[in-house]
Amino acid sequence: MNDDTETPRRHGGNGIGPERLLHHYRVMLLIRAFEETAIRAQKNGQVPGPIHPSIGQEAVASGICGNLRRDDVLLSTHRGHGHTIAKGADPAVMLRELLGREGGNSNGKGGSMHIADFSVGMLGANGVVGANIVIAAGAANAIRLKGDERIVVCIFGDGAVNRGPFLEGLNWARIYDLPVLFVCEDNSYSSTTVTANMTGGPGPGARAGALGLPVTELDGNDVESLDRATRDIAATIRSGGGPHFMHVHTYRLAGHTAADPATYRDRAEVEARWRREPIARCAARLIEEGVNETTLAAIRRETETAMAEMYEKALAAPPPPQRRAFEDVQDIGDPRQEAF
Amino acid sequence: METMSYLEAGRAALSDEMSADPDVWALGEDLGRGGVFGQYRGLAEEFGPERIMDTPISEACIMGAAVGAAMMGTRPVVEMRFSDFALCAIDELVNQAAKARYMFGGQTRVPLVVREPMGMWRSSAAQHSQSLEAWYAHIPGLVVTAPATPEDNYRLLRAAIRADDPVVHLEHKDLWPVEGALERTVTPPGAEEFGRARIARQGGDLSIITWSAMLYRCLEAAEALAAEGIQAEIIDLRTLWPWDKATVLESTARTGRCLIVHEAVAVGGFGGEIAATVQEKVFSSLKGPVRRLGAPRVPISYAPPLEDMVRVGTEQIITTAREMMHAK
Repeated sequence: MNDDTETPRRHGGNGIGPERLLHHYRVMLLIRAFEETAIRAQKNGQVPGPIHPSIGQEAVASGICGNLRRDDVLLSTHRGHGHTIAKGADPAVMLRELLGREGGNSNGKGGSMHIADFSVGMLGANGVVGANIVIAAGAANAIRLKGDERIVVCIFGDGAVNRGPFLEGLNWARIYDLPVLFVCEDNSYSSTTVTANMTGGPGPGARAGALGLPVTELDGNDVESLDRATRDIAATIRSGGGPHFMHVHTYRLAGHTAADPATYRDRAEVEARWRREPIARCAARLIEEGVNETTLAAIRRETETAMAEMYEKALAAPPPPQRRAFEDVQDIGDPRQEAF
Repeated sequence: METMSYLEAGRAALSDEMSADPDVWALGEDLGRGGVFGQYRGLAEEFGPERIMDTPISEACIMGAAVGAAMMGTRPVVEMRFSDFALCAIDELVNQAAKARYMFGGQTRVPLVVREPMGMWRSSAAQHSQSLEAWYAHIPGLVVTAPATPEDNYRLLRAAIRADDPVVHLEHKDLWPVEGALERTVTPPGAEEFGRARIARQGGDLSIITWSAMLYRCLEAAEALAAEGIQAEIIDLRTLWPWDKATVLESTARTGRCLIVHEAVAVGGFGGEIAATVQEKVFSSLKGPVRRLGAPRVPISYAPPLEDMVRVGTEQIITTAREMMHAK
């Protein structure tokens, strides 16, 4: 963490209450179970392409997306399963997408890296780092033109702050006072490289601050403080307060992809980070709030059972018919008419 | 019918679409003061700064914002100032705009238009003069237009704004002052505008396929050839994806000779695609090899005599046509 290098507004430790905590516990467990199932499916040879797990980062997804309306807009990254589930997408449909099956979000045409569910305002994960920042800015332009009260949330990783669209998109949102919440989900790694070694100056928050955005820095593994902060920030943005930048510190417990053993980092580092992972921390807070372990165990069992059912159903879904390869390219100059 | 310039025709098209549909808006550098060539003059006053939006010099964000705004149900018109600058926004155009509908399985459309002033003009040199239409024609998901006349600039730009696909609209800078007649329609021109070539001059001896500013050199060459008794048929493609294969194949099968002329570099140019298609489809009707004329694979110079070395000229077209007529 670059705690000493930024001048953020810190949020205190007031609780959000057991009910809200329980909601986050359920969502985070569902994300974890989804990704563990996806990894298992890949090992079984059932996921044809790459998946980028967000294990250890579930609090960011739940704490932030849990404060959005269904018609608010979310743009995510290649590591976007958690964000998508937390925004309200059906994990059963998502799992079919990862397995490349008919009935997936995009009928198997996008896969994990392009997971999207427009019906819940999730306008797409993106295979290009930082590309979603400028798209988010424009989604907010459209909201402004239409006079809506929706807001846009754009989540990207720490690697994205070294791409040009970071500068262009944040500046854009500032000069037009657009309703966008930018979230730098800092898991310390740009693929297999330590981001700090590749980032000049004091870091993401300072860069956003220099462009005139208010900056909030948070522990990204503390779902409670994420929830509380996002609730206030989203309300301010919705009421015309302009863009905001959150820098949240989390950690990628898995490799860059599910196939990456991440041998480039110390086992001790990862073990230390496992002790700070968000789901166990949330459980500990629930116990403090008087929720008993039996209740939590029941939620875990329910989640695992539900996920196992989804997995079984996804495996039973057929592959997309071959004609899908030629659908939704374009209306004009459609390849079905223009092929040789 | 009224007479207006190619530049004014583009402005009229945008103005008519913006009057008809509040979801149409434009964004780009200097638009509030009419745009770098005056193509937007008066529009900010008429439609306000939120719909004729002045932007920072942030091409990636101009294009990327248009992608986001298009997915949200508006119809943005992106001004790239010079087509060369679109290269600063190529991820946003190629990886995002062209792919979103497909990779999201049809959950969205990206109805945006990218206006790209292209081509050689007033010694603008290597970074302000290129013709890169073949690149865009290569990308699944994009529609590519390259009008040569005021009427086509008007009709194709309106149709592009109405289309639900991302359209790259290439306006040639050298054509801004060219005047022509057009009818400003209440009903916007539709999808039938795309993939429909125009026979700009009829002739039975050889077919010359061209687009954009090169049309006028081909017409000049055709006049000179006619004086020698050679009747060239000139086909203005108007749009490169989709392109009007039927008209090209009918004409070349009839004349038996096909010459493709474009300003872009010949190597990897769209002329190669046309040549390949013609020989695949009507080989037995051909009286000789399909020929193509384009720029040498050299960046564009500043000094006029050097710039002229990469420009396909009328004389070159005449000479090539003569060679084709006199081949056995």
